[in-house]
Amino acid sequence: MSPKRLLAVFIARNKEFLRDRSALAWNILFPVLIVGGFAIAFSGESMDVYKVALYQDNGNEQAAGQEFLKTDYIQFIETDDLARAITNVERHQVDMLLDRNTQHYWVNTTSPKGYMLERVLKGTIGNAFTRQEVTGGEIRYVDWLLPGVIGMNMMFSALFGVGYVLVRYRKNGVLKRLKATPLSAVEFLTAQVASRMLLIMSVVVVVYFGTDFFVDFAMFGSYFNLFLIFALGAISLVSLGLLIASRTASEEFAGGILNVVSWPMMFLSGVWFSLEGTATWVQKLALIFPLTHVTSAARAIMIDGASLAQLSGHITALLAMTVAFLLLGAISFKWE
Amino acid sequence: MPNDTPLLSIEQLSKSFGKLRAVDGISFAIKRGSCVGLLGPNGAGKTTTVEMLEGIKQPGSGTILYKGKPLDADFRQEAGIMFQSTALPDFITAYETLKMFRDLYPRSIPIEQLVQACSLQEFLDRDAKRLSGGQRQRLLLAIALINDPEIVFLDEPTTGLDPQARRNFWKLIREIGGRGKTVVLTTHYMEEAYELCDEILIMDHGKIIAEGTPDSLLAKHFNDVVVQLPAVDLPEDFDSKGMEVLRANGSVEILTSDVNAAIEALMASHVSLKNLKVRQRTLEDLFLELTGKELRDES
Repeated sequence: MSPKRLLAVFIARNKEFLRDRSALAWNILFPVLIVGGFAIAFSGESMDVYKVALYQDNGNEQAAGQEFLKTDYIQFIETDDLARAITNVERHQVDMLLDRNTQHYWVNTTSPKGYMLERVLKGTIGNAFTRQEVTGGEIRYVDWLLPGVIGMNMMFSALFGVGYVLVRYRKNGVLKRLKATPLSAVEFLTAQVASRMLLIMSVVVVVYFGTDFFVDFAMFGSYFNLFLIFALGAISLVSLGLLIASRTASEEFAGGILNVVSWPMMFLSGVWFSLEGTATWVQKLALIFPLTHVTSAARAIMIDGASLAQLSGHITALLAMTVAFLLLGAISFKWE
Repeated sequence: MPNDTPLLSIEQLSKSFGKLRAVDGISFAIKRGSCVGLLGPNGAGKTTTVEMLEGIKQPGSGTILYKGKPLDADFRQEAGIMFQSTALPDFITAYETLKMFRDLYPRSIPIEQLVQACSLQEFLDRDAKRLSGGQRQRLLLAIALINDPEIVFLDEPTTGLDPQARRNFWKLIREIGGRGKTVVLTTHYMEEAYELCDEILIMDHGKIIAEGTPDSLLAKHFNDVVVQLPAVDLPEDFDSKGMEVLRANGSVEILTSDVNAAIEALMASHVSLKNLKVRQRTLEDLFLELTGKELRDES
C-alpha cells in the first residue's frame, strides 16, 4: 500500500466534500434541527401520569399500602431489580419506588413529582412506610434521544455519503479512470473510509458540543469512551456502505438497497423509542444492526456512566461487523 | 519516426459478452513511436479492443504483450489513457485534479510543463465540472500524459468538439507523437485518422477488415476519383458511358478513373459544369466500401 497514493485520494475526497456546501450543511443541520426540535417540544411540563415502581410486589392485595395502589393517574410498574429501580428514581425516570414487603419508599428530593406522590402516599396510608431519599438530575427525553440522533445521522452520512458517491463514481467513469492508474482497490477504499470517518467524527463533535451548549445533556460517562463508541459505529456503518456499493453502477438500485437497510435501522435500533417493551424477536432482530449497538452503548455511557468493559458485547459486535463488511466489500469490489 | 520493434503485440485476441462475440480473434502489432488509428462503426468492437489493450478489461482469450511481457504494474506506470467519457471528481479544480493524478504515479512530469503543453493556463483554478468541452478534453489529455507515458491511448478524444477545437487538439496529438510517444487513437472522424495516423486498422463485427497506412489502403482499394455535382444539374437520362453514378443527399457522384471522359460525357449531355468538383477517394469512402455503413451510423 502506498501512503502517497492513499493520501492523494483522501485529500481530494475531503476537499470535494467540504466544498459541497449543501451536503456539508445538511450533515450538520439535520441532527441539530432534530435535537433542537425535541428539546423545545419536551421543555414544557410533561403530561405523563405519575410513575411508581413496585419492587417484588407480585400484586399482593394483603400487603400494606393497598389503598395507595388504587389512586388514579398513577402508573405502577413492577420491577425485580432494586438497584436499577433506585437509579431510575435518581434519574427521574420513575417518580417513586415502593417496596411494600419492607414498607420502604424512595423519592428524589429534587423531583416535584416525587414530592406530590409522597404527599398522596402519606394522605392515603399515613406514615406506615419509611422514607429513603435519593438525589440526582432528571434524564430528559432529549438526553435519551441524543445518542440515537447522532447515530442516525452517522448512519445516513456513512451509507449514502459513501455508498451513493461510490456508485456515482462507478457510473460516470471516475472509478474506471482511477483503475487505469497504479492505485489499488484497497488504497482507494481505505482513503474513502478514512475521509468519511474524519468527516463523520468531526460532525459528531460539532453536533454534540454545539447542541450541548444550549441543551446541557446529561453525561455520566467518559467522553473518550463515547468518542470511541461513535468511531466504532461510524467505521462499521461506512464499511456497510462500501459493501452495498461494492458492485452496482445503478444509482436507483443502490438507492433502493440503502433505503431497505437504513429505514429498518432507523426504527428498530432504538433511536426514537426504547425497545424494552417490544417483542423479543424484534429485540433480537435489532441486534443485527450496527446502529442498535452504537445507540445502546452510547446511551449506556451517557446515562448510566458505563465503562468499556461493561460494553464489551456491543464493542465486539461492532468490530465483527466492521471486519465482515470490509472483507466482503473488498472481495466483491468492482471498479466498473 | 516509428521504430520497427513492436511495443504491443496482440495475438488472437477475443472477447465475448454472453452470446455476442465483440472481438473475434484479432492479431496485430503496434510499433514504437507510431500513431495507430482504430476505426469502426459503433459496435464494431474497437472500444472493447482498446480497453483490453489498456488493461481495463480482461481478454476472453488471446495474448497481449507489452515490450514482450504480459500487461503488469510496469505497464500501468508507462501507459497514459484518455477514455471516451470520463467524469472527474466534483468540486476539485483542474490543478488539484492534476495534482491528485500526479501523486498516484511513482514517476511524473512537472505539472507546469503539462500546463504549457496542453494550454491549461486559463482554467487551472476552475472546477472541472465548469469546463467547456475543449478545455475538459485538454485536461483529460494532460492527465493521460502526467506519468510521462510511453504509450498513450486516446479513445475518441475530439468527439463533440467544434472544428477549431478539434484542430487544436490534433496539434497536441502531433506534439505527443513528435516526442516519440506511441499513440493509439480511436476515432469516428476519417479526416482525423488520415491527418494523425501512421497506420490504420478498420474493424467491423469484431474483426480487423483492413490495415495499413492511410495512403496504401486508399491505393489498394481505389484507382478512381469522384466527380461531384448537384443532383439538379444532372438530367435523369444522363448517359454515363458505363461509369458508376451515385445519388445521395441532393448531390451526384460519378466514380471514374478518367476525369476527362467523365467531363466529356457531362458536356455531351449539356450539363452545367459550374458547380462541378473533383475529389480524391477518402477513408470515408473506403470505410463505406468495406463495411457498407457510414462511420457514424448508430447501428
